Amino acid sequence: MSLLEVDDDVVVRFGGVTAVDHASFTAGTGLVTGLIGPNGAGKTTCFNVISGLLRPAKGTVRFHGRDVTSTPVHRRAKRGMGRTFQRLEAFGSLSVRDNVRAAVDINRGLGGLLTPGHRSQAARVDALLDRVGLTHYAAERADAIPTGTARLLELARCLAADPALLLLDEPSSGLNESETEAFGVLLRELAADGRGVLMVEHDMDLVMSVCDTIHALDFGRVIASGAPAEIRGDAAVQRAYLGKADVGQVA
Amino acid sequence: MDSVVSFTILGLFTGAAYAIAASGLVLTYTTTRVFNIAHGALGMVMAFIFWDFSQRQGLPTWLALVLVLGVVAPATGWAIQRFVTRGLGEGPVSVTLVVTVGLLVGCIGLATQVWPPESRTPLPLFNGSGVELSNTYVTAHQLITVLLAGMVALLLYLLLTRTRIGTAMRASVDNPELLKLFGGKPDRVAGLAWAIGTSLAALGGILLTPVVGLSYYDLTLLVINAYAAAMLGRLRSLPLTLVGAMGLGILQSYAVAYLPSDGLLSGIRSAMPALFLFAVIVLMPQAQLRVGQVKGIVSAPLPSRTRQLGADVALVALVALLTAWLPGSSLLLVGMAATYAMVMLSLVLLTGYGGHVSLAQFTFAGIGALVYAKLGEPTLSGLLLSALVAAAVGAVVAIPVLRLTGLYLALSTLAFGLLMDKMIFQAEFAFGTNNSLDAERLTILGTSFSSLGGYVLVMTFFLVLMAFAVLALRRGALGRLLIAMRDSPAACGTLGLDTRWFRVGLFALSAGMAGIAGGLFAGLRGTIGASDFQVLASLPLLLLAVVFGVTSVTGAVLGGTGLMLLPVLQSTNPSLAGLIFGLVGFGAVALGRDPNCLANRLFTLGRALRAQVRTPVRRPSESYQDRPEVTEEVPAHVAS
Repeated sequence: MSLLEVDDDVVVRFGGVTAVDHASFTAGTGLVTGLIGPNGAGKTTCFNVISGLLRPAKGTVRFHGRDVTSTPVHRRAKRGMGRTFQRLEAFGSLSVRDNVRAAVDINRGLGGLLTPGHRSQAARVDALLDRVGLTHYAAERADAIPTGTARLLELARCLAADPALLLLDEPSSGLNESETEAFGVLLRELAADGRGVLMVEHDMDLVMSVCDTIHALDFGRVIASGAPAEIRGDAAVQRAYLGKADVGQVA
Repeated sequence: MDSVVSFTILGLFTGAAYAIAASGLVLTYTTTRVFNIAHGALGMVMAFIFWDFSQRQGLPTWLALVLVLGVVAPATGWAIQRFVTRGLGEGPVSVTLVVTVGLLVGCIGLATQVWPPESRTPLPLFNGSGVELSNTYVTAHQLITVLLAGMVALLLYLLLTRTRIGTAMRASVDNPELLKLFGGKPDRVAGLAWAIGTSLAALGGILLTPVVGLSYYDLTLLVINAYAAAMLGRLRSLPLTLVGAMGLGILQSYAVAYLPSDGLLSGIRSAMPALFLFAVIVLMPQAQLRVGQVKGIVSAPLPSRTRQLGADVALVALVALLTAWLPGSSLLLVGMAATYAMVMLSLVLLTGYGGHVSLAQFTFAGIGALVYAKLGEPTLSGLLLSALVAAAVGAVVAIPVLRLTGLYLALSTLAFGLLMDKMIFQAEFAFGTNNSLDAERLTILGTSFSSLGGYVLVMTFFLVLMAFAVLALRRGALGRLLIAMRDSPAACGTLGLDTRWFRVGLFALSAGMAGIAGGLFAGLRGTIGASDFQVLASLPLLLLAVVFGVTSVTGAVLGGTGLMLLPVLQSTNPSLAGLIFGLVGFGAVALGRDPNCLANRLFTLGRALRAQVRTPVRRPSESYQDRPEVTEEVPAHVAS
């Protein structure tokens, strides 16, 4: 049993378009799993199905071995799923610190809001900001910080709940080279903590260097699964990427 | 058996008129994502213009019809799209709602100004002719209505599927930016959609006037019927909208035929569209949390605690002075202003912080007032109970729409207000149609505040307490979550917050605050009736709240004063009453895009003045002026 199992051929359709077409894959504890594929391959849709923002037409999502396909978003989060978004969902009118504070508050629940405990709370917020390296940005408004930084903020917010599974949607886009390198180290640490990390990512260097397993999607189908070296040499994956490139040159 | 057939035919005729109006609503909404609450109001104005052309100025009916449907209505619709609603579709739903509510109120004001209230008899088309259909006399007007509905459906179908611009319309539903890249002109498409939509609103209004009369309000509320019908097609599908409209027409006809005309059930006739709407909403599937680019909103800054205290003391002192000087009639007005300010504070919480719009906030005040008067217990516990009942009703309204998003919630509150007005407030067990209830003033801890002056002062205290509560909430963890919810419900959900119940709680709290205001209002007036809490009264309340700044307590206090002054201004200038009302609406159209509005401009002015007075040393706190909504960095445990 893996931590996360997308099983029984998950299908999602938008009108006539099949965004996820009979996809099944897994992500394990202590591992960084990559989900790659050309634009429109259905990666983010998969994330929406896993986190509960979207109901699949068919298929099952199992988390900790339990079927969560029809479990509401917030209850999946309570069971240990955290996610970031490809299109940012930071709380733009709040400061960076208040973004993390809000996440910590949500994690404590409504009962926690009414009980005192502000001091340990503040320390926790500071620790989370420090972990992703955002201490300097704490007082900025979240809609005023660079995109890459906002992605780290979303990660810090997720970590407030100490989730067993992190779903990261293009976490490195907007980061420069040295920041990406540091981020890769952070990813390995997060997995070493005993978390599962499932990551949609376009930066192939990052994917190849940090992932333990990679699933490649194309037109909603899983076309290859395996270790980075296997994926790199896979003919179907190369076709999916290079095929796209050919079309791009013609257009 | 015959009667069933004849009532079905009658129902089909009203349904056909609804269908025409509703398809216009769907057309404008799908192409521009702007829900036009003023759809019915535009139909009302156009029906008045048609009456003016055809009966007052004596043009031939066909010419008047062609002029209104072919020239006036499309031009108005095009102009509204061009100058009022353009670009609103991408913004927050609350702004769209406020701007179109402004349009609605403006239309009513304009109509009452141009065509002052008097008895008018709109004539049906081809007056006097008709045919016998299975023992039922069907007028030519009714036949034409059904024929026109069929024609409209056919023409819209042909337009959308067989023409270039129709294809562009369907494309702009999905992505106007992409349409532009492919050489389409989203603006032209949107303008055309609004021109046709307004024409259809006009046609629906004109066809209905012989039945409902040339009434400012009944035709304006036609938008609820159209909305209810369109909801069956989830505001997208035209065929389902037609089915919904016909079904609603028939149901209404049956209600008139078979329900008793007195007692509790009598209210159902006029509340049928609202009931239909609730039924459709309850049957709708769960809406998904929307994921999309989040933009932070710049709100009015939070005052420092000392400044807040100072302002509160100043307000109480001012009212205390007023109670000493002002005569009773003016004091009553001060009390009214305090009531309005309290209801607006409930909107600061709901709309300003939470981003949700209620179009029936005054109805919740009415519930508070009703319970307070019925209880006959003028004490704090009586007042509290009134607030609790109002809060419970607020929760009940929010629960069926739990699964839906912003726009539906707001429109459902309008339907709810109508439902309360027709079925509860006017019922014999409540206020009664032309009746009123007596309410006593509060006794707190053995002290009776029966004098007007003392009571107004007590109301001011309640206002100040409420302001304190709202600001305390905003500064704390709950306030942070409110803002977080407004910015990104999807992120809140994936972080583990049950956004649906949080929203129900917010709605209940806001309704409870309005309930307290209502209870106090009942005591202030002594006698209250259903007419004090009409559903449309909530609309100017919302507009003034937004115009004066719905993100700050100052805005609520100023807005409350403004709303109190509105009828005073109208009664001192009776010839301009409609215009003054209309100005509130059009003012909101102009200013509604900025929810901070006048209050924030005052704050900016105040800061500039203080900066002038002080020595020009840069202080670190000045950075707050650029990003006002960041809460103070002092951890709460240090401050408290």
